[in-house]
Amino acid sequence: MAPFDPLSAAIGGALIGLAATMLMLVLGRIAGISGILGDLLAPAGGARAWRLAFLAGLIAAPLAIAASGAQLRAPAMPASLVVVVVAGLLVGFGTRLGSGCTSGHGICGIARLSPRSIAATGVFMLVAILVVAITRHAL
Amino acid sequence: MPILFALFCGFVFGAGLVISGMTDTAKVLGFLDVLAIRTGTWDPTLAVVMAAALAVSIPGFALARRRGTPVLGGELRWPTRTDIDARLLAGAALFGAGWGLVGLCPGPAIANLATLSAPVLIFVAAMIAGMAAHDVWRRTRETAKPAAIAADG
Repeated sequence: MAPFDPLSAAIGGALIGLAATMLMLVLGRIAGISGILGDLLAPAGGARAWRLAFLAGLIAAPLAIAASGAQLRAPAMPASLVVVVVAGLLVGFGTRLGSGCTSGHGICGIARLSPRSIAATGVFMLVAILVVAITRHAL
Repeated sequence: MPILFALFCGFVFGAGLVISGMTDTAKVLGFLDVLAIRTGTWDPTLAVVMAAALAVSIPGFALARRRGTPVLGGELRWPTRTDIDARLLAGAALFGAGWGLVGLCPGPAIANLATLSAPVLIFVAAMIAGMAAHDVWRRTRETAKPAAIAADG
């Protein structure tokens, strides 16, 4: 794991906040990734073009950074594909049922001081912390 | 124009994820592993990223609200619900469980497609399947309801 680098964390975080701000200020849309992807796939999604463009930009960013000389490294993933699939299903189903993820609730929702988003963020953070405590320290 | 701008926003968002280290599952799990505080190996990155993002989006959203309409026209689509219901909490709990297992939430998962890593592709496919499964379940539940009432009546 790369050492804690508060400066890149702050710069990167500010860019995320800036992207969310620009999307609302200019297009009037919430930068919630699970919502953008989920509504793109839903049959009655509507307004597909901007969602597809946003996701394309999301994938293009690491490619552009890699093209500028930085290393494009695949993230560490669990060895068990069963765990990968189960986790993916939980993230997909859960973000749809709970109407949002780290970006929609955690950044956009808390920025609006939405009680729903503050509650959701508290719950998914706590459960994730609990799961890591179990998988890393109890098993 | 709106399409190009959405592409730009996605790009800035993705760059933020990469620069902050949030596409790195080890850093995300290193933050979620709060018991590591005992050994001094806890990684506070995610908290700094969120604080910095909010430091920009809180005044940014306030500015958008004051302006009243988006720069490129249309309306500001703020979410309108305020009730904390069981679906919200159950969904958040399921999402948190999946997030804690791998360290990927939807944004970093999609950005990491750029690496063409097979486990990431499988994760995203499963995530999409989970979303589709939810939508199908929700639709069948909602269309099944009137029938159930009729059966009872």
